[in-house]
Amino acid sequence: MSAEEKSMSIIVTKGSLDWAYPPFILATTAAAMGVPVTMFFTFYGLPLLLKKLDLQLTAAGNPAMKMPMMGGHMGLPNLLTAIPGVDAACTKMMKNLMNKKGVASIEELRELAIEAEVRMIACQMTMDLFEYSLDDMIEGPELGGAATYIEVATKSDINLFI
Amino acid sequence: MADHTLDAKGLNCPLPILKARKALKEVPDGGTLEILATDPGSVADFEAFCRQTGNELVEHSVDNDVYRFLIKKAAA
Repeated sequence: MSAEEKSMSIIVTKGSLDWAYPPFILATTAAAMGVPVTMFFTFYGLPLLLKKLDLQLTAAGNPAMKMPMMGGHMGLPNLLTAIPGVDAACTKMMKNLMNKKGVASIEELRELAIEAEVRMIACQMTMDLFEYSLDDMIEGPELGGAATYIEVATKSDINLFI
Repeated sequence: MADHTLDAKGLNCPLPILKARKALKEVPDGGTLEILATDPGSVADFEAFCRQTGNELVEHSVDNDVYRFLIKKAAA
């Protein structure tokens, strides 16, 4: 453990392939640096706790998403993302690229987070809203609400909303 | 010679740090861990990791795009 014990909390609100990375990268790294971490999974972040992940990506509404291609960088016009199969192709392309560049999968990072004893809280309201039960989720997460998170946040040195 | 060597070549952020943390658990207090990595970002990251965790970055060097770090594990 570090000499100066700091702690961190992260509110995880997004569940697409690209947005799943920042919270899991920061949580695992902080834990590795001796910083206790709590992740609060709410809204579209909640499905990141499902047993089987099938994370997808879309270029829709994201003009900054430019993939390296043929020596340059290529984006995708919004209109094309409406064509069936295009998002799936983008997802596949991103996963291949990540694999090629030695970037961990979300499944791997999540496993490392659990191993590092990152505390995970599943938002009860979101569970109700989207009709999930703890049986759908991996082992480990506890249930909680806004007050549970606020209590954690008041005691944490770093609080992130992603 | 280091007590342990971790080959983190080809791995990208944050895997070299995460694997180093795990590998350090196998190293006795005061022992050393050698890490080989190809991620250029690992230079700044291992410096920060060591400052934060109190482990000592004894040396780091680069040879043919392979970064080598030697970390001495602090007493718990």
